[in-house]
Amino acid sequence: MLKNVILLIVGGALINNVVLNQFLGICSFLGVSREMKASASLGGAVIFVITIASAVTSLLYTYVLAPLGIDYMKTIVFILIIAALVQIVEMFLKKTSPAIYQSLGIFLPLITTNCAVLGVALTNVQNEYDFLESVLSGFGTALGFTLAIVILASIRERINEKDIPAPLRGAPIVLIAAALMSIAFMGFSGLSF
Amino acid sequence: MNKYIERLYNGIIKENPTLILMLGMCPTLAVSTRAMNGIGMGLSTTAVLILSNIVISLLRKIIPDQVRLPAYIVVVASLVTVTELLIEAYLPSLYSALGIYIPLIVVNCIILGRAEAYANKHSVGLSAMDGLGMGLGFTAALTLAGIVRELLGNGTFFGISVFPESFEPVAIFVQPPGAFLVIALFIAIMNAVGIKTRQRKLVESDGCDMGCAGCAMASECKKAEKAAPSETAKGGSESC
Repeated sequence: MLKNVILLIVGGALINNVVLNQFLGICSFLGVSREMKASASLGGAVIFVITIASAVTSLLYTYVLAPLGIDYMKTIVFILIIAALVQIVEMFLKKTSPAIYQSLGIFLPLITTNCAVLGVALTNVQNEYDFLESVLSGFGTALGFTLAIVILASIRERINEKDIPAPLRGAPIVLIAAALMSIAFMGFSGLSF
Repeated sequence: MNKYIERLYNGIIKENPTLILMLGMCPTLAVSTRAMNGIGMGLSTTAVLILSNIVISLLRKIIPDQVRLPAYIVVVASLVTVTELLIEAYLPSLYSALGIYIPLIVVNCIILGRAEAYANKHSVGLSAMDGLGMGLGFTAALTLAGIVRELLGNGTFFGISVFPESFEPVAIFVQPPGAFLVIALFIAIMNAVGIKTRQRKLVESDGCDMGCAGCAMASECKKAEKAAPSETAKGGSESC
């Protein structure tokens, strides 16, 4: 059991890193990684939302969509559930813990269309994970996203002060940095338990 | 120029969604391991884009402004589900190659972006042409990336071996890092070609007619400064 838990979390975070290996959530990965602080906050919000979304979509699929035989509706249902969920989480945080809302708040609406959230929900269904496995793999995946975006942000803060050849300024140098990170993360693919 | 043709030119060259606007990067990076996959993904997205632009343009006077985003998402998600089922039935090999990236067309920001920026303000015909232009621009970028990656990483062109046997493929190009490298190279080439003309235009006027998102000159450009706040807001609401 414990081995399974570790495997799901480490596998999601390092071996199949959601950004560097599966290319989900690239837009926010490239768009928000200018500063370390913002990246860390976005990462926190993503962990929060993906974990909850994995739980809700897993329950919904097992107890509503599959028994009714309408599992082909999963894309439509999941995206609406995720959109609604983000709204609810936002309102809930605003009321109950203004401190967390202050630091995560502005990033929550961003997450609705982060394809990592929908991607994780669909992968969970595809891999036939049960409820607990879905939650753990969601948590691991989100952890991987946070790790990747925080590393990229710290690299970008250093790149900013360097003299980069004109054609590489802006997006290309960030993509090259991501490529090097991706090579480094390929090293984890040899991990086994 | 005819305004319908202008839409095509705009989508394929002037505002190429992938290389100039930097939208829809996830599928671009993920499925460009083979040229054929690039065409398949590009055309599926084009089909969804044309249909969603048509439907949203038809409904533009009916959908209330406050709930337009959820309404668009439902329209796009329904169309994607139809496309997914069709691909699964008629092109099973493409279906298994693209896998989870077919349902993820829903969150491709090109589609919601065009709905919000174009289809809800323009006529049905123009919106359809806009969808076609943007879709073809996306397909072209994806296929080009697919051709380069397949050639370097696998030594083949659309599945046909083109190098002598002594050629050792550079496997990294079909692996994840290769995607980042090839797209970085493409944008760098576009920048290198664009910088001279942009510099001239910068001196002559306030900015060029290209998008600012992937522009290397953005730091020295007046247009980029003006566009920056709205651009970030736009990127914010549509980050895929």
